[in-house]
This record gives sequence, C-alpha cells and structure tokens, in this order.
Amino acid sequence: MTIALDRPAASRPRRGSATMKFIGRLFREKPLGAAGAVIFLVFLFCGLFADVLAPYGYNQISPINRLKPPSWQFLFGTDNLGRDVFSRCLYGAQLSVIIGFCAAGLATIVSVVIGVVSGYIGGRFDMIVQRMVDAWMSFPDLIVLIVVVSVVGPGLLPIILVLGLLLGIGGSRIIRGATISVRENMYVTATQSMGASTFRILFRHILPNVMAPVIILFTTRVGFVILAESGLSFLGLGVPPPAPTWGGMLSGSGRTYMLQGPWLALAPGLCLTFVVYATNVFGDALRDLLDPRMRGTR
Amino acid sequence: MHSPVLEVKNLAVEFGSGAGRVRAVDDVSFDVRPGETLAIVGESGSGKSVTALSLLRLVPTPPGRICAGEILFHGEDLLKASEASIRSIRGNRIAMIFQEPMSSLNPALTVGLQIAEPLQLHGKLTWAKAFERARELLGKVRIPDAARRVNAHPHQFSGGMRQRAMIAMALACKPNLIIADEPTTALDVTVQAQILSLLKNLTKETNAALILITHDLGVVARYADRVCVMYAGRVVESGSAQDIYANPQHPYTLGLMASIPRLDQEAGQRLTPIDGQPPDLAALPKGCAFEPRCRFAMARCRRERPALESQGGRHYRACFADVSC
Repeated sequence: MTIALDRPAASRPRRGSATMKFIGRLFREKPLGAAGAVIFLVFLFCGLFADVLAPYGYNQISPINRLKPPSWQFLFGTDNLGRDVFSRCLYGAQLSVIIGFCAAGLATIVSVVIGVVSGYIGGRFDMIVQRMVDAWMSFPDLIVLIVVVSVVGPGLLPIILVLGLLLGIGGSRIIRGATISVRENMYVTATQSMGASTFRILFRHILPNVMAPVIILFTTRVGFVILAESGLSFLGLGVPPPAPTWGGMLSGSGRTYMLQGPWLALAPGLCLTFVVYATNVFGDALRDLLDPRMRGTR
Repeated sequence: MHSPVLEVKNLAVEFGSGAGRVRAVDDVSFDVRPGETLAIVGESGSGKSVTALSLLRLVPTPPGRICAGEILFHGEDLLKASEASIRSIRGNRIAMIFQEPMSSLNPALTVGLQIAEPLQLHGKLTWAKAFERARELLGKVRIPDAARRVNAHPHQFSGGMRQRAMIAMALACKPNLIIADEPTTALDVTVQAQILSLLKNLTKETNAALILITHDLGVVARYADRVCVMYAGRVVESGSAQDIYANPQHPYTLGLMASIPRLDQEAGQRLTPIDGQPPDLAALPKGCAFEPRCRFAMARCRRERPALESQGGRHYRACFADVSC
C-alpha cells in the first residue's frame, strides 16, 4: 500500500498477504481499474524487455521493405526507411515509460513538498510561495519547455527535469488546497497537543490524508507527460532521432506518409492512447481503494 | 495542602489586530492542585476554550496572541518555555481532550497507532511496546474486545468509543494534568455520564489534576471540586463547587442556576432565562460586561469594572452589588 507506515511488529500483517488482498480487491471492486493496471503493466513489460521482444533493431534499415503494410513478418508494418514499426513502438514504450514515470514522479514530489509545506505553515510564508507559483504558472508551459530545451539542447534528462518542475509547481496548488482543508481538522490540533513536531504532523498526519489527490495527480501526470513528450518530439525538440519515441514517430514519418502508410501514425497513436487511458483509470481505482474510510471494511 | 500543579496568573489572549482586535480572555487567574477537578463554566464565546488552548500554547498565531500573564506548571512559566520544552510537556505531562471526538482522531491511522504515538513520541517506549500498551489502555477505558479494536480505524468506532480512545491517548503518558474541553458535548446523555465517570476515576487513580471545560452545570455539580465561572473573557466568580451551588455570589451565576430546569419544580412552570445577549467582545462596555443584563446593576457598574475579591476563603467574585437579598 502506498501509505505504508512503520507499523509495530506486533500488529503487522504479513506484507505479502496484505498486498495479495489488495490486488484481490482491485480486481473484484474495480475491474476497469484492474484492466488499466494490466494494460499499463503490459506496456511496462514491453518497454523493459524491448531488447528481447523486438524482432528487429529500432534503427535497422531494410530498403527493400519500405512502407510495407502490417503482416506476420512486420506486425505493424514498416516505415519509409524500411524499419519495423512494431519494434520501434516497443522501444518507444521504453522511453515513454521512463519519461512518464520519472517526470510525473518528480512533478508529484515537487507538488507535495511545496503544497503541503506552504499549505500547512500558511500565513505570510504561504503568501510569498503562492505568489512565486503564480508567477511561474503565468508562463505558458510549452513556451518554457521550448525555451529550456533549445537552450540546454534536447535529451532525456532535460525533458524529465523541465516537465517535472513545470507540472510540479503548477500541481502544488491542488495539494496546497487539500492540505489547508486537512489542517483545519481537530486531529491536527490534537496531535499538536500531544507534543508532535511540525515535521511529524506533516508526514504522519497530513500526508496520509492528502494521499487521494496525490495519487490522482501522479496518474494524470503520467499521461500528460507522455503526451507532452510526444508534443515536444512532434516539434522536433524531444529525444533526438534515431531514438524512437511515440511522439517522434507520429510527427516524423507518421505524418509525412500518412496517406501511403496510415499504420505509421496509427500504431504509435494507439499505444499513446492506451497508456494514457490505462494510467487514468488505474489512478481513479487506486484513489477509491486507498480511501481510509473504505479501509478495514470487509 | 499540595502546591498547585498549574497556576494561571492574569492571562490575556487577543485575536486580530488594530481596530478589529478582540480580547477573548482577559485577566484570568486560577490554579489546580493534584487530584483536584476544576470546572471552567461559561456560555459560548466566554473564552473558556481559548483559555484551555492557551494553557498549552496552542492558540493559532496569527490571528491569536497570548499577550499577558503567566502559566506556571510546577513553577515553570510555560509562556517563556522554548518550543522544544513545551513540546516535551504537551501530551506527556499535560494532556488535552477535545470536544469533537468525531474529528479529533486521524481517519487515516488505526486507533492503536494513535494511542501509541505519544508514548513513542516522548521516548517512553519503543513502537512495539507502545502498541502493546495501547491495547491495555483501550481495555482500561472499557472498550470491549480491545485486542481486536486496536487495529480498527476511527470510522469503525462510535462517538463514545472515540472519546474513550481520546481519553486513552490522553492518559497514555500518565500526565499530571488533563485538560478536557467539553469532552461530552457531542455525545448523548447516557454516554456522557459514562465518559465523565471514567475520566474522573482514571484521574483519581493517577492523582492527576483535571480541568473540565463545560457549559453544563449538571456536569459541574457532579464532578467538579472547584468552579470558575467565566463571562466575556473574564472570571466572574470562582470557588468550591459547594460555594458556587449553595451560595452563588455573582448575578451571572445566579442567573445560570435559575435557568436550569429542575425535576422538583411544578409542571408548566417557565424557566427563568438571563435576558439579553452576551456582549460583543470587540465593543465591551467600560464597566462590568454583565451590567446590561444584570438585575442588580447600579450606576457604579457602568463606570468601573469590578475586580475579583475574596468572599472568605477561596470563594471569589467580581461584583459590587449585594446579591444576598
């Protein structure tokens, strides 16, 4: 479970059984979310083992097989250079999953740190932090992305950092709002009256109670980041070729040869749609299941 | 007689600033001794909850501010204590119970974890031992099947059970003083009596002092040794429960007594309310705050504010009038 606390040994259920029980509940109570999780895992698996699964190299050119439609030999057909689209999609999953997870993870961490601290401390500190967030949010995302990437140069790391910070700072608003409403609860004062430090209150008492928006934020961000990376690649500012990304495949050969070979655009486009959809429904299911009010019920 | 556990001298708490400044607590003094139960009585807005919060410096700042006074706990002024030392007192030597059991437990954590937390926090026990102790404490506050309930979440508890859990939490570190801020307001009457008796018995066991904040005079009569009556942020009368009930000396206390329904009164007889409204704290009169509602009011009451004066022994009141007639 995400909100794993350092439970004392005496009461700790065997971790394996608790996880299994949770997965069981996911499938029983949230079949759609479970489907999302499965789809996502399939893509994750494909991405991680692209080297083994891909029948061809992602940059393996075969001039005699240019623009071949899908067949048993080339599952998703080939592109204008005769590269296997299926293999490229698999390798693309690798990049998209890395970017999606790292940037969304970074964004969520940034959001939680800024949002929880700013919301809990409040007062003048909150005012100053929020005005800085306002200033940052007043820049259109894409402009900041383009500027930074053109200065630093395209590559995996700058994209992850920029997307992570960009979304993280904007998303901190949501977490701040949730924190403020949690902060007003009597149990926060009660915890204070027990002698807990601010740090302890933040981590043990506020954070678990804002976990629902945090999970939602993370899963929607995964989809958003994958799309944003595709957008950047589409503009030629993504991970540079010949590394295959879904966005790059859509924009490059996909667009140019759309009429001669629609599969060039369809394959990466469908991959994108599936992953984004899967993370979203999985996130929703996770939020519902991790709601403390529903926990412990049979 | 023992020396007091807690001595509050001339405490004043303000909210807001500039023209909108409101003195919620003004010149409040009282003390409690070990094993004693002090009730602070007053209507809503009389400053009793703010007094309770300020004892542990929990008044939200801003907008609130403790602007004068001393809070001596075993002789140490809590208002001058460092943040770290006040933290080591909170929950450890002075514990607090709040009025809304529904919201004073964290919904995301199990009840056992929350009871064990102060024990672990103040370095008394390791997590495993603290958890074991939490189970004992739950049994002690008479929650049936404590061994299983210790792993339950607060939403699986009823209001009375949650308040019991809060009491267990407050008692965990065996504090010298427990402050209970309207502990039974949100509970129904039968549960109220159980909770208060439990609280009283458990404090007697450890010889802890208890400050009971309430607006329920029935509760006061039954459980308090001493009583402080507050009105508009000030103490208007204080004394032993016996003094206050048998010989009330302040018109406000008299009014409160008269407005309690009694079983022995004739059927159909109307209650005697106190006329008027509690004053606006932002625009208090120069004289006595109760003067506009007082049936003993004199010209002097409008000009001067009466100070707390002894009526013999530890019975004090702040009034010029002779109410004995």
